[in-house]
Amino acid sequence: MTTPWHYKSAMEIRNAVRNRAVTATEITEHHLDRIAEVDGRVDAFTQIWRDEALAQAAAVDEKARQGRELGPLAGVPVGLKELLATRSGKTTCASKILENYRSPYDATVVRKLAAADAVFLGKVNMDEFAMGSSTERSTIKTTKNPWNLKCVPGGSSGGSAAAVTAGECAVSLGSDTGGSIRQPACLCGCVGIKPTYGRVSRYGLVAFASSLDQIGPLTRTVEDAALTLNTLCGRDPMDATSADLPVPDFTKALTGDIKGLRVGLPREYFTDALGAEMREKVEAAVDVLRRGGAEIVSVSFPHAQYAIAVYYIICTAEASANLARFDGVRYGFRHPAAKSVEEMYVLTKSEGFGPEVRRRILLGTYVLSSGYYDAYYLKAQKVRRLIKRDFDEAFEKCDVIAGPTSPIPSFEFGSKTDNPMEMYLADIYTISVNLATLPGISIPCGLTASGLPAGLQMMARPFDEETLLRAAHCHERMSGITLGPPPIA
Amino acid sequence: MSKITRQDVEYVAGLAQLRLDDATKGRLVREMGDILAYMDQLNELDTEHVEPMMHAMEMTNVFRQDVPGESLPRGEALMNAPMHDGEYFMVPRILEGDTA
Repeated sequence: MTTPWHYKSAMEIRNAVRNRAVTATEITEHHLDRIAEVDGRVDAFTQIWRDEALAQAAAVDEKARQGRELGPLAGVPVGLKELLATRSGKTTCASKILENYRSPYDATVVRKLAAADAVFLGKVNMDEFAMGSSTERSTIKTTKNPWNLKCVPGGSSGGSAAAVTAGECAVSLGSDTGGSIRQPACLCGCVGIKPTYGRVSRYGLVAFASSLDQIGPLTRTVEDAALTLNTLCGRDPMDATSADLPVPDFTKALTGDIKGLRVGLPREYFTDALGAEMREKVEAAVDVLRRGGAEIVSVSFPHAQYAIAVYYIICTAEASANLARFDGVRYGFRHPAAKSVEEMYVLTKSEGFGPEVRRRILLGTYVLSSGYYDAYYLKAQKVRRLIKRDFDEAFEKCDVIAGPTSPIPSFEFGSKTDNPMEMYLADIYTISVNLATLPGISIPCGLTASGLPAGLQMMARPFDEETLLRAAHCHERMSGITLGPPPIA
Repeated sequence: MSKITRQDVEYVAGLAQLRLDDATKGRLVREMGDILAYMDQLNELDTEHVEPMMHAMEMTNVFRQDVPGESLPRGEALMNAPMHDGEYFMVPRILEGDTA
């Protein structure tokens, strides 16, 4: 049986569109039909841009008719996370405070994808302001895991992961502050890559924690991740933190050869905190790399245990500063009962932000406040340096670090929402990558006995996405692991 | 040091311009206390001689020529404002009296 278009890779779709085997319009209509068929159960999409998507696709087809060269993502259907600024539709961040916000400009990544002839189907769900690990914090809807509709898709890019997994789009964009691309990719069984901080412009990404946030793609194959990164990466004059470095052709890095590659296994990642089934899958995945000719070496991260504490101090501090701009004056919700300016601020923020966002603003304000700055914020920045040094030392012994993405597979709705600390621990293996500004990828490495995906995470030196993708691609080819369509089909 | 009181929560809420009901304050005393106690484990580490990592990458000041450039058209800048008069953002009156 041939694979339906909605489970074909972005590479296959763009090749077919470029070869005129199919039109971008046919691909777009097929995916819109697919969304109509399954999204009532998965609830990944928050906005569907039917007319605009068809117009975009028609423009791609017209370009083809004129004999002009089509872009590298010709006709590829894309879903965009709700926090990416787009002139089309709304940019809500899944928050009441921005529920009617319309951006006057497109994020740089959106402009780049459009220039590459991708087609935007609409926007996908997330935790409010990207604060969460389950997408249960969205004020719009509850996205389900396509492998088990009673379970969470992970977060905060849960909509991005569920939409790709359910065959609603071939590529989606997410953002990763402490694991928000890799953890949902793991829980939904797709590929998710967080590029090095600075690789991709953050212009038009509504900021959560500016020194940690990074945009990246979620895809069904490693090759698709490489293909999409080719378009996303590069210096942007609109973002002073984007790196002025050449962008390699990442698809060329996928040689299928990892002979001699040194893969580091952090001792601290394989403790009792890692669930038995996840451990078994990850160890089997590492064996695949060994069989491919990689040399497995042991590395140590003596400060790994401090990563979550450091992360929640830094990200809440930055969030409290970033979210101070939502004051009800220039954009967003304003409380109608406010009679004074002071009351306008207080009522707007108190009713506009949800409970997790308010909790993080309070924590951030606390750790930055007089008397606590040195004890928490400054201390965290110093330990962040120690965590970074652990990675620098590890990368003297290895080229890639491998380990689990998440300590546990997807969990049922509501099982962790009452305990913030327990939810924060879901990101235990992903957070250090953001603190150390490294690239990281999560790829599927099997299903648990209860039919939920497990993920292998790999990390590389800053700006060495090529090695990361080469190792991930090799695992994908050698392991023969194809999770196949999830049971929502 | 992680012992957080109701007064602490109220003080921080004031700084953050958030209004909390009584039940929420009680819950936050417990939750923030737990989270800050977890963060206190950083005190196990001697960091006296460690340079803080204040930025994700090498930061340099960003300068540009002081020449006027294109900016957001006024209409687009105002289009999301909850209240405006076509020229300015409007907020509740901050001065007493009849004059505008």
